[in-house]
Amino acid sequence: MEFFIQQIVAGLTNGAIYACVALGLVMIYVSTDHINFAQGEMAMFATFLAWAMIDAGVPYWVAFGLTIMVAFFGGLFIQRVILKPLENAPVLALVVCFIALLSIFNAIAGMIWSFTIKQFPSPFPSRDLFGNGLVSAQQLGVVAVTLVMLGLLTVFFRYTTLGLAMRAAAQNASSARLMGVRVSWMLALGWGLASGIGAIAGMLVAPIVFLDPNMMAGILVYGFAGALVGGIANPLGAVAGGFIVGVLENIVGSYVIGNELKLSFALVMVIGVLLLKPAGLFGRVIVRRV
Amino acid sequence: MTALLQVKGLSAWYGQSRALFDLDLSIEQGGVTALLGANGAGKTTSLRAICNMIRRTGTTTMDGTDISRRTTEDIVRLGVAHVPEGRGTFVALTVEENLRLAFHIRRDRKAAERDMEKVFAYFPRLNERIHQQAGTLSGGEQQMLAVARALMLAPRLMLLDEPSFGLAPLIVQEIFRILRRINEDEKVSMLIVEQNAALALELADHVYLLETGKVVMSGPSDMVKNDETLRKAYLGY
Repeated sequence: MEFFIQQIVAGLTNGAIYACVALGLVMIYVSTDHINFAQGEMAMFATFLAWAMIDAGVPYWVAFGLTIMVAFFGGLFIQRVILKPLENAPVLALVVCFIALLSIFNAIAGMIWSFTIKQFPSPFPSRDLFGNGLVSAQQLGVVAVTLVMLGLLTVFFRYTTLGLAMRAAAQNASSARLMGVRVSWMLALGWGLASGIGAIAGMLVAPIVFLDPNMMAGILVYGFAGALVGGIANPLGAVAGGFIVGVLENIVGSYVIGNELKLSFALVMVIGVLLLKPAGLFGRVIVRRV
Repeated sequence: MTALLQVKGLSAWYGQSRALFDLDLSIEQGGVTALLGANGAGKTTSLRAICNMIRRTGTTTMDGTDISRRTTEDIVRLGVAHVPEGRGTFVALTVEENLRLAFHIRRDRKAAERDMEKVFAYFPRLNERIHQQAGTLSGGEQQMLAVARALMLAPRLMLLDEPSFGLAPLIVQEIFRILRRINEDEKVSMLIVEQNAALALELADHVYLLETGKVVMSGPSDMVKNDETLRKAYLGY
């Protein structure tokens, strides 16, 4: 029983990270209909920046905040400078562009910081929280950071007019323009947010998997699975999907198929959901009268 | 009366094909101008061209300011509210969110709150459905919502693209009654595109007749109303 609970908790911790990655993917998908394959590498790059800052003596939480800001503006910059000129380009060109970004970030990180793995500090102690070996402070911290971020994003999108403008732009760009919304800046803002969320995911996962330029490869697949399981067009669904994937892969990994096949299980989930419920478990079909 | 919107030599293209040929329009301050003509005459295109939603040439000046090269968003911010063909409803947002979207560009929050109340006074039905997903509204309600959204921008000029499209006659009459009140009470000038010529002639005080992208006639609406040959030739009644 104890082992089972431990697996659930570990699954939720991983799930929180997958949820962040999934949310970053969804953020860009809903506004542009694109899947940003470079999401993981951008997160990895941001995590290296945080590592460099902490290595230079900057306190953890200061580095954490600064990294999110740098990642935000980096994402904004990428959209304005690289993707905006490709506005009317065919989808395939964009896919190539995302893959190029992926390998560029990977190569630059390797060039600057080398491909040897590095230890990334965690702000949370790894000690046992309730003295029964079930939940560590580290695990609780990861989930808490994710939930705080989700809360802030929900407030932003639901209760601010800027958030509303972003949602409107994502839904109906030409109509949003007619309401005076600068749609292309909303897309850039979406990229900035996605990049910032990705940075959080990177910094949360780095203490667990160790920091190296390839650390996000597997995580991105899980994040992708989370997004698809929950519904790629639904932010809350993606978050729930992230947690579901995290828990299931852990349970199935420890009891059924062994750790080696965990990643394959994530892909099986993707295929299963797409076959049975293409909009995702929480994908909402918009009611519309015409 | 002075011209609020002055259009000179407006031409527009869809890809390679030219849809407008050197249009000259003058929209009077406080008036209602109608653009009439058959399908494909370039009515919708004219509205889109004024808002820079398509490739175009020629000059448009709004109250003396040249807006020919401004972006659509900027033109809207200068006081031109476009109620688009197909109503442009944000289907997954609630009715309230559809309207509150205007707060994004309104700097005068208090006035915007007052406008919100005013909008509900014009369209009480929207108030009844305030928390409903806008996609579930009926066609008539969505058209009301589109006009209401435009009104929330506190515009000086409203461009209305076929507000009667696909609606039951009773609803159409209700909407046109409200449009008349908005024009009179809020002093919002209007440029309206309509297939339903008789209806538009009731509301408008000035008319432009379009045919294959060119203005073939313009004048006071009474003149068109009373000229049977003109009506028969271009408006089909």
